Amino acid sequence: MAVVFERPKSLKETKFHYCPGCHHGIIHRLVAEVIDELKLQEKTIAILPVGCAVLGYEYFDVDCIEAAHGRAPAVATGVKRCRPETFVFTYQGDGDLASIGTAEIIHAAARGENISVIYVNNAIYGMTGGQMAPTTLLGQKTTTSPQGRKAELTGYPLRVCEMLATLQGVTYLERTSVHDPKHVRKTKKAIKEAFQVQLAGKGFALVEVLSACPTNWRMSPERALDFVKNQMINYYPLGVFKSLEEVE
Amino acid sequence: MQKRKVIFQEDLCKGCELCKIACPRGIIKMADYINTMGYHPAQLSEPEKCSGCLSCALMCPDVVIRVERGGVA
Amino acid sequence: MSKVLMKGNEAIGEAAIKAGCRYFFGYPITPQSELPEYLSWRLPEVGGVFLQAESEVAAINMVYGAAATGVRVMTSSSSPGISLKQEGISYLAGAELPCLIINIMRGGPGLGGIQPSQSDYFQATKGGGHGDYRLIVLAPASVQEIADLVKKGFDLADHYRMPALLLGDGMLGQMMEPVDFGTETSGDKFDHAWATTGKQGREHTNIINSLYLKPEELEAHNRRLEKKYLEIMKQETMAEQYLTEDAEVVIAAYGMTARITKAAVDMARREGIKAGVFRPITLWPFPQRELNEATQKAQVVLTVEMSLGQMVEDVQLALKGRLPVEFYGRVGGMVPTAEEVLNEVKKIVKRYQEAM
Repeated sequence: MAVVFERPKSLKETKFHYCPGCHHGIIHRLVAEVIDELKLQEKTIAILPVGCAVLGYEYFDVDCIEAAHGRAPAVATGVKRCRPETFVFTYQGDGDLASIGTAEIIHAAARGENISVIYVNNAIYGMTGGQMAPTTLLGQKTTTSPQGRKAELTGYPLRVCEMLATLQGVTYLERTSVHDPKHVRKTKKAIKEAFQVQLAGKGFALVEVLSACPTNWRMSPERALDFVKNQMINYYPLGVFKSLEEVE
Repeated sequence: MQKRKVIFQEDLCKGCELCKIACPRGIIKMADYINTMGYHPAQLSEPEKCSGCLSCALMCPDVVIRVERGGVA
Repeated sequence: MSKVLMKGNEAIGEAAIKAGCRYFFGYPITPQSELPEYLSWRLPEVGGVFLQAESEVAAINMVYGAAATGVRVMTSSSSPGISLKQEGISYLAGAELPCLIINIMRGGPGLGGIQPSQSDYFQATKGGGHGDYRLIVLAPASVQEIADLVKKGFDLADHYRMPALLLGDGMLGQMMEPVDFGTETSGDKFDHAWATTGKQGREHTNIINSLYLKPEELEAHNRRLEKKYLEIMKQETMAEQYLTEDAEVVIAAYGMTARITKAAVDMARREGIKAGVFRPITLWPFPQRELNEATQKAQVVLTVEMSLGQMVEDVQLALKGRLPVEFYGRVGGMVPTAEEVLNEVKKIVKRYQEAM
């Protein structure tokens, strides 16, 4: 009997610790599927963040390095510069990448490091219990913005793709979402594209995936899908911000 | 075209219902019992109506769903 | 190999290359910039990688990534920059990754100054970053010793799977002396089966990590580190003794300060004072046994540092109250002269005359 869909080889048989309806699991699976399809498992080194995906090394069946908060792009730089023959990707959340790790991501991008970045944006700090992130939408309630985020107090949410698109070192940038099957497929395609950029030695690629955090958003998984679709995409438009053709 | 068979690995399911929401034919329901983790796992209520479109599997955040071709759906 | 005349900072770079190090990540800061400048052309020459990072924080994390792949890697900085690297150093220690870190100390706290200092002794030997960890800390006192200790530092780091730190000061970094780099070595003889290189057919995944959420597991990890540290304390202490056999006053000093105190001891001897110098070469592990041996005839120990008194605490701990311990220090980039030290010795001799 032919298998049409199953757990990818590059995902260990370990239950995710993620909350019900959290999109990390979808994104993990997509990354592992692409690793399998491009036959990268034996040469991949994954750099994991601090945040909900901190335990990623228990899930990805590839060599893994757990980085300090926000420092994954610097760690990835060290790995890739010493072992250019390996495939190196970082997996980072919005607190990790867009707050404490802004310097590292911007400079890895500006240098055109030949690495791939999976950036999961769920507009909140999940692991620490739902505090405001740099990506939290205006008006969005969190445990540290209980009245809703106010621009006067904490400024505006950071649009990472738009910001990185100004950098010459960047080869591929796309923002996707996983709120429905169609967008899940598109996200996988984007991840594949980003990984292929590295394999071709073409430099820095990042895929930002809008993602739901039902637990800390205090929403059902279903309402969280709507929030991504109707609120997040509104502020964080989907699309390709930079592509290989454009760069070449 | 051969039928596709959708298999739910119930003990991995956290009952988030993303598969149920995604199913274009509305044939996924949550079981009335709970699994080992204490969740109501998703299951196919009317397998014969399943088109094997994979929407449920694509949305599942816990890799609960496996789809095979050639079985009785 | 014959001797070449070289600046301390550049000698660190050449010694690293001779030790098989091909990767350097750093950020400019005075007074160590000659080292990254040297490696920026020298490493590419031998097929290596020099990369100037966007910050010390990034540099140490690049080192973390490089070390995780099992290669010899180095970074360098000076005091304020080393403060910034502390997070990464703690992670390197926690994840048991070998590397060599260079600190060419300048005066602090804060921005401090750019002149030589020894005020990072506590930071180097007592933690600096968070968590229960140690660094192997080596303190050279000449350009030749820089060459020897860089090689030794890499070997110790690889052997024990932990970061080693070379602690020098601006004076040592800027000074020119003849140096023989000896034979070339590499890290190849050490086991790197733990390194993240991609599975490459391995059944299991290699994971570089310092996170242990279960307290039982973290305690076991801490105990494993402790065992390693105890072994190092037993096996790896190094010290130099100068005229200590009959010395009634033993001066404890490290690095450049020790050289100055040797001159002071020569002057004291000419005046009939039985003085000697005890110079720890490993600051951690501190050579406790050696210090006690070197002070068998001593009535008093004088610790001289370019700080307000940091190593002096380890001297006291090592002597466990057996002998009185005096302290003389200059700070802020001021370097003590041999005459100043001699004066201190004389004052102390006068004070302890009764006992002697």
